[in-house]
Amino acid sequence: MSNNVLRLEHATMQFGGVVAVDDLSLNVNKGEIVALIGPNGAGKTTAFNMITGVYQPTNGAIYFNDELIISNRPKGKMKKIYAGGYESHNNKRIVKTPDRITKLGMARTFQNIRLFTNMTVLENVLIAKHMRAKHNVFTATTRIAYSEEKKMREEALALLEMQGMTYLKDEIAGSLPYGIQRRLEIARALATEPEILLLDEPAAGMNPQETNELTDFIAKIKNDYNLTVFMIEHHMDLVMTISDRIYVLDFGKLIAEGTPEEIQNNPRVIEAYLGVSEDA
Amino acid sequence: MDKKTQKRIIIDILLVIALFAGLYVMEKTLPRNSMVFPVLKKGAIYALLAVSMNLLNGFTGLFSLGQAGFMLLGAYTYAILTIPVQSRASVYQYYDGGALTFALPPWLALILAGVVAALFASLIGFAVLRLKSDYLAIATLGFAEIIRAFVQWEAMGPITNGSNVLRKFPYFRSVLVPFAVVGICIFVIVLLLNSSYGRAFKAIRDDEVAAEAMGINLFKHKQMAFVISSFFAGVGGALFAMFNTTVIASTFKSSLTYEILLIVVLGGIGSVSGSVMASFLYVAASEWWLRFLDEPLFIGAFQVPLLKSGFRKVVFSVIIMVVVLFYREGMMGKNELSWEFIKDRLGKLKNKLKNIGKKKVKAEAENE
Repeated sequence: MSNNVLRLEHATMQFGGVVAVDDLSLNVNKGEIVALIGPNGAGKTTAFNMITGVYQPTNGAIYFNDELIISNRPKGKMKKIYAGGYESHNNKRIVKTPDRITKLGMARTFQNIRLFTNMTVLENVLIAKHMRAKHNVFTATTRIAYSEEKKMREEALALLEMQGMTYLKDEIAGSLPYGIQRRLEIARALATEPEILLLDEPAAGMNPQETNELTDFIAKIKNDYNLTVFMIEHHMDLVMTISDRIYVLDFGKLIAEGTPEEIQNNPRVIEAYLGVSEDA
Repeated sequence: MDKKTQKRIIIDILLVIALFAGLYVMEKTLPRNSMVFPVLKKGAIYALLAVSMNLLNGFTGLFSLGQAGFMLLGAYTYAILTIPVQSRASVYQYYDGGALTFALPPWLALILAGVVAALFASLIGFAVLRLKSDYLAIATLGFAEIIRAFVQWEAMGPITNGSNVLRKFPYFRSVLVPFAVVGICIFVIVLLLNSSYGRAFKAIRDDEVAAEAMGINLFKHKQMAFVISSFFAGVGGALFAMFNTTVIASTFKSSLTYEILLIVVLGGIGSVSGSVMASFLYVAASEWWLRFLDEPLFIGAFQVPLLKSGFRKVVFSVIIMVVVLFYREGMMGKNELSWEFIKDRLGKLKNKLKNIGKKKVKAEAENE
């Protein structure tokens, strides 16, 4: 048995005539921090949305802990207009909704923070605990399962304590400063008890100091919770410091893969980011 | 549980006892035909209907307009099951005494009224809950109209009495009955909203994508909210039938849904106590305080213009427009009435008065 937590095989996402992600194959091994980088519009967030079940890929398969969770091949109308680089013929159609994928142990954050802004910090974390609680609507309403609710609260408070956010527990999430909202979103994702954490631009909009703090924070939670981290990021400092491996996407295609040093010296990556010089 | 919450629960229980004692005293002392009683009864029933609609529209974020349909199901279920056997011949005079040859006790029929409404909700939920916002509203509105046409169908006559009126079923005389039933129902809804499931509903309302990413099964929870809301709409419909003492399909037109929606908006979308207060205010205003708008009024020989039958509705339309334009939060917004809330508001009021006082002093000082 291989030790990859997440594996994509020929994953392709086509919207109409646009191939947002083209024949993407990658794997994330247990305990690694892997980054997915690329210029704007390269298809990074689309790749995340495919992995977490928000979008159904047009072609390809996705495995989580060697279990096939998402799979598809071009069918019907898509068979004619399919423009991806690789077409598989034997994939079955397997769809899992995002909630089931989260339940398997994959949690994510969003590029533009999606907290429950009208609720308190504690409630935000409690919602993430809802899925794993052993109660049904009857026992929860009648408070027969009150011990379950109590356990959820204790766990949520313990999590906030670990993140040093206990003093914020009764604040309305939407009123918090930007950096703290980012951290709360990560804390909320941790509350779903994931094996792998998908971070979509966790440092977006942060200044260098906040970015440094975030770098330490990610390294810390990775050790504390025994996590595997897969992230999209633009801040090269952060990416180069903590990533074990890096994948580079450009126009939906994977153009490079390797350790931070390899990526920094890869001519194709430099070309994708800086463009080709005229006289070359 | 700490001492403070214990104390609070005791105070709440005492308040409920005081409310019922007050109602009992009122019933014994005030004249039987006082306007207060129908207003209280209808207000309580509308409170349940508004809260059940709020559970769906305000707390789960599903904009459904099927309330009248589920009320109709509840009302018909209750009436059909409780008409005494000896009265059936006269009620179902066009259908040879109807198809049913038994009658159930009212309390059982009341629960069954909710169950039937919930059953229909779970069936149509499969189809309509995949729709979003406006489309869901249209689909549920359509369902309400279809079900209204369905019960009036000739072939359904032996059960629903076609388009004729159902009557002679047991109903309540005391105002305490609707208050007790509605009180229990709203208490259960509040317990639900404060549980983990209530939080999940609110998460779906705030952000569906994030809720799903947190492992909340959207369809399951939407279906749950829809079914529970419909159950209480069914019970409310049965109480409404008892209040009217008759059931006829034409009562449950879509305008009834809009009436409930108006209460929800007035009280605050996402506030249980707001819905309760708004429903009593609304019923009192429409049935009692604003009655004069529908009757011609003479001051000496001068007839006040505009005051004629139907003008009340015009005034209501203006009120709802003003609310939607300027007070979109309604009376309570998303807040609940609690001791903290009252304290908070009183504090704010005090500050405002102080500021006005200060301004006056300042203005006077400047004048000098």
